[in-house]
Amino acid sequence: MAEIVISNLRKEFGAFTAVQSSSFKIEDGEFFMLLGPSGCGKTTTLRMIAGLELPTSGEIFIDGEEVGQKPASERDIAFVFQMFALYPHMNVRGNISYPLISQGMKRGEVREKVAEAAKILGIDDILDRPVSGLSGGDRQRVALGRAIVRNPKCFLMDEPLGALDAEFREHMAEELRNLHDRMGATTVYVTHDQLEAMQMGDKIVVMNHGVVEQFGTPQDVYDKPATMFVAEFIGAPSMNFLKFRDSVKAGSTSVQLQHQTLDIPALRDPFEGDLVYGVRPEHIRLSDQARYRGEVIASEYLGTTQIVTLLTGNGEIKARIASDQPARVGEQVGLDFDGRTVSLFDAQSGRALRSELNEGVLSHV
Amino acid sequence: MSEVVLRNVTKTYGDNIAVDQVDMTITDGAFVVLLGPTGAGKTTTLRLISGLERPDQGDIMIDGRSVIDETPAERNVTLVFQQYSLYPHMSVRDNLAFPLRSPMLKTPEDEIKKKVAEVAEVLHIEHKLDDKATTLSGGEMQRVSIGRALVRRPEIYLMDEPLSSLDAKLRADLRVELKRIHANLGATLLYVTHDQIEAMTMATSVGVLNEGRLVQFGAPREIYENPVSLYVASRLGQPRINTLPADLFAGSPNGAVTVGLRPEHIQQGEGKRSTVVRVEHLGDQTRLHLTLDGHDIVTLADGHTTLEPDDTVDIQPRNALYFDANGDRVAQGGQP
Repeated sequence: MAEIVISNLRKEFGAFTAVQSSSFKIEDGEFFMLLGPSGCGKTTTLRMIAGLELPTSGEIFIDGEEVGQKPASERDIAFVFQMFALYPHMNVRGNISYPLISQGMKRGEVREKVAEAAKILGIDDILDRPVSGLSGGDRQRVALGRAIVRNPKCFLMDEPLGALDAEFREHMAEELRNLHDRMGATTVYVTHDQLEAMQMGDKIVVMNHGVVEQFGTPQDVYDKPATMFVAEFIGAPSMNFLKFRDSVKAGSTSVQLQHQTLDIPALRDPFEGDLVYGVRPEHIRLSDQARYRGEVIASEYLGTTQIVTLLTGNGEIKARIASDQPARVGEQVGLDFDGRTVSLFDAQSGRALRSELNEGVLSHV
Repeated sequence: MSEVVLRNVTKTYGDNIAVDQVDMTITDGAFVVLLGPTGAGKTTTLRLISGLERPDQGDIMIDGRSVIDETPAERNVTLVFQQYSLYPHMSVRDNLAFPLRSPMLKTPEDEIKKKVAEVAEVLHIEHKLDDKATTLSGGEMQRVSIGRALVRRPEIYLMDEPLSSLDAKLRADLRVELKRIHANLGATLLYVTHDQIEAMTMATSVGVLNEGRLVQFGAPREIYENPVSLYVASRLGQPRINTLPADLFAGSPNGAVTVGLRPEHIQQGEGKRSTVVRVEHLGDQTRLHLTLDGHDIVTLADGHTTLEPDDTVDIQPRNALYFDANGDRVAQGGQP
């Protein structure tokens, strides 16, 4: 089991900088998500932890030992790829045994280890079946078996569920998380799927253009985004951004938009200039009394809830409300924002302003 | 645009019945989404309408005429595939113009120019028209391949999971875009997916397929609120509907074996005592995993909930759905 510390890690490919200067810490036993859009540097970061790429500069510590320039074989980690490859001519047992046999482990011991791994994964009944006839889920379990049988210090996974269809992905996500809870091994997991990250992770690192934008628990990253990029990337539909100009003092608990006073969490610093009022769709209620007005231009029915799109003086706003609440297209309605949950951003830098809501989280960004 | 009617259509491959006696009417201007898991017969249905497959039995009518003996080209339909295939050596403009330049259509060049410009604007790819197809991102390529269908005005647009290879953000954007295109063009669309969000948000009608049979057809809200079977009820809703023994709670109707509880069917605060197993914060929703007499139940909680594992919550059903031993819906006497 392992604690992994990444310090000022940088990777250049020729003139292209894939990872600029990442620093974060993965605690022993954590399920840790590297999240971001394609090209953000998440896979490169994972490959550097694995030893499949060597960093241009910076350090990687596994259990206190600096391994940045060591080859993969000396790091005692297991890598699960997006496209898991099994040996088609071998049966399940052969596939899972392979890493142990190639290490020169004794037959009896191999049998024992394989039985143990198979039991954890619930595939002990198919050990003697050829892998070619297996379902997608069982193939994935065999690939995992091959990783866990070595009992490595940590698991690195690169979108292991990316190739599966939605329904099955959700099922495997739960299974992976349960497996992690049973084994307690440090796991670093790369994904571009924000829901997967929220659902499975103990901590999330959000990356963009090779830069770590935020690092924290899923709930903190969602509720207290450090930047507009994070606020937009996590959550579907995204956080609404209402652009406005104002001058606010330290301690302010409201701002002026469209000549209306809207609540915000108490600000810690003064600010003057272009601002963005960030509010999540589920923190907007439609109410006849509210003085901030908008026109319903569309509603998307989702069963339990519906997404209502409104045209306001600040552009289009999406609200998530209960589906039994009426929202007719063309209707003028009032919008009530839950001020406790609002983030204010500096429009220029995209960074969140420090407030009562987020100061605890922003201080260690 | 036209009405498309399927009458008693069956297609088998050897012993496997891919499409089983399907009757369906896609009205002029409708956006019909066929929903079902892999192997339900969705894609086969599309291929039958497009003319890529021939039914063993039954009839397919477009605009009132039987098209069974017509070639795909004669049927005047367009098909968008899951995997976009563009001509890599051509510019975006030429890719979009390609279908119009087919010898069958003989479109004049100035009209081609006009149509390409129109479609490029709808799909927000005007600025990419002179770029090579290979320089585009995945989302842009898929928009071009949808655009290649939209430059034509066929009787019906057929789409086979066109968004499934895209990432979540882009999928959400294109969902809205497709809906807008449908509204602006007044087009008739038949769209195949296994993604319930796409079905719920875009469709005027949803057809639910199970092992080749069309088991329910109706507006998304109708399918969600009034499913004919447990199978249909399980296709829609996130988190998924909870299925429990009907007698777990009092008040189940005669013949009911299973009670189906969606989050909005679970009233918290009174009823039977359940224990919190896990609180899952997904941002926009907070899922509450409960256990009651050994049964797992997933419901939603307020985002600011203070509940923790091992806390207890009293729950009872409200307007729940009941199903018999075959999974068919049981009417609830006296209840709304």
